[in-house]
Amino acid sequence: MGILEVQNVNKRFGGLQALDDVNLNVEEGTVHAIIGPNGAGKSTLLNCFVGRLTPDTGTVMFNGQSLIGRKPHEINQMGVSRVFQTPEIFSDLTILENVMIPSFAKRDGAFKLSPFAAVKAESAIRDHAEEMLGQVGMLEKRNMIASAMSRGDKRRLEMAMCLAQDPKLLLLDEPTAGMARADTNATIDLLKQIADTRPITFVVIEHDMHVVFSLADRISVLAQGHVIVEDDPQNIKGNPKVREAYLGDAHDD
Amino acid sequence: MFGSKISDSMLMILFVIVVALVPLLAAPFGAGYPALMQFFAIFGIFAIGFNILFGLTGYLSFGHAAFLGVGSYSAVWMFKLLSMNVLPALFLSVIIAGLFALVIGFVSLRRSGIYFSILTLAFAQMSYKLAYSVLTPITNGETGLQLALDDPRILDGERVAGQLPSPTFFGLDMNATTDVAVLGMDVQLNVGYFFSAAFLVLAFWIAMRIFRSPFGLMLKAVKTNQNRLNYTGVNTRPYTLAAFVISGMYAGLAGGLLACMDPLAGAERMVWTASGEVVLMTILGGAGTLLGPIIGASVIKFAEAKLSKFNENVVEAWFSFLPEGLGDSIAFVVAKFVGDGWHLTLGLVFMLVVTFLPGGLVEGARRIGGYLGRRGHKGDLDKLGSNVQGGKSTTAE
Repeated sequence: MGILEVQNVNKRFGGLQALDDVNLNVEEGTVHAIIGPNGAGKSTLLNCFVGRLTPDTGTVMFNGQSLIGRKPHEINQMGVSRVFQTPEIFSDLTILENVMIPSFAKRDGAFKLSPFAAVKAESAIRDHAEEMLGQVGMLEKRNMIASAMSRGDKRRLEMAMCLAQDPKLLLLDEPTAGMARADTNATIDLLKQIADTRPITFVVIEHDMHVVFSLADRISVLAQGHVIVEDDPQNIKGNPKVREAYLGDAHDD
Repeated sequence: MFGSKISDSMLMILFVIVVALVPLLAAPFGAGYPALMQFFAIFGIFAIGFNILFGLTGYLSFGHAAFLGVGSYSAVWMFKLLSMNVLPALFLSVIIAGLFALVIGFVSLRRSGIYFSILTLAFAQMSYKLAYSVLTPITNGETGLQLALDDPRILDGERVAGQLPSPTFFGLDMNATTDVAVLGMDVQLNVGYFFSAAFLVLAFWIAMRIFRSPFGLMLKAVKTNQNRLNYTGVNTRPYTLAAFVISGMYAGLAGGLLACMDPLAGAERMVWTASGEVVLMTILGGAGTLLGPIIGASVIKFAEAKLSKFNENVVEAWFSFLPEGLGDSIAFVVAKFVGDGWHLTLGLVFMLVVTFLPGGLVEGARRIGGYLGRRGHKGDLDKLGSNVQGGKSTTAE
């Protein structure tokens, strides 16, 4: 029994069958990569996990509870965090505030009316946020306004924001898209370190095969809205179906 | 004062001192008379409340005058039915305005951006029209709701026959004014002003606490990235609704205070230009800042009182030293910007501020402060950098 179980999920946009009978089983504590060519439905699938989209049919179970019909904030409160393809951060606020907000959300729930409490006095929340910033190597920048940062830093900040919630499941949508090789390797190291030290399950959508084969314990290959193979990395590499659908001309090694 | 990092308690103390000294400070500018000073305080409260919604969450309401009007009507009804004491009147103003805000906010906040603005505008115009038509039994229509000699006023005892009572705070008449001569100036100490000023201080203190609270942080997060906040496990709807209701209660308090100073309420208080005015006040002073809305409210109320008084004759006198034809033509143009046309000046100033000082007058003051500070310590480069940072922050004073 996996932490995330997807069964017979279909999603249609007009004439396009974006997801075609998708089945997926993510084991707890693993890094599960979803790969596939452009337009294969990877992001659509991810959006079905976080409450942005509702599948037409099928079930999505997280820890034995259905995610269908739940709002994004409810799903997050269940322990599912998400890193976006383009970093979604609070760009007008400081980096420290950016990480304190998810900590408050974790502690106080979806809503708490506390107009007379002082952020300044919340030392536990602040310490926790600073610890997370330390983990991604951004502690010394904590008082900067987030919009002033580089794209790579924004990604690391978003990672720290998700980690601050201590999620059970962390969804990463192309965490290295548009990064230089050195930054990509740094991100891989960071993710590996988190995967090794914390009991977090990862679902990673990724284009970069270098990243996928460095991180993944298990890989699902999506093509035209359908999972064509789900297997271990070493088997994926040699699988002819995968080569045909995806690796054939995209693989540059 | 604006650029430097002073602590909140220092800011609070300075604020109280300045507010207490307004009768003295305003006197040299010819603004030291009760009606205008009361407006400074009351519209300051209105703008602080509006800023809690607009400045923190970014939701631009174009219907806040509705809550102001509701507050005024509630207060006058309390004066008519219960007592001329201002406390029950203000209490009802805040509660009723809060309930109104709860209903209007609940519906309007289902949309964001321009649709939210239009919804609030529609609700305010609806309230305005209703006050003129079907709700006439409550609002007394065009005449406006006024005190009458045969009002029950069940808590008040004996009354002077044939004379309308005025609102009091346990015997202190709101209209009572003591004149004091200071340095040859006539300083007017008005009970109504100090009473409103006490509420202004309270309103400012509450706003400051909200700005510094986790609740306020969430509101700022709504403004900068509501999508991220949803995916961070926060239900943004109750946060925005709470901000809407709080700012509606501030508007109700302001409306109640207006009625305490002058116990009548008319529907024109709810007209859409009145809603627009508080938007101007907040943006002119600096949306999202603590002091900005109060400064904006004072500047606009001061300009309104002064500029609208000038007429063509006054303007001609200013330019009489110029050659005949030139003086007349300049006076002709300038006269369009004063008197009834003072809104032209306001519009011009507003355009300039929005274009060159998007952070409002507070940002202007901060820039001047930063410039002077830089000249003061040229060597301190680190501090200079942090000053520039501070200028970009949305949350500083």
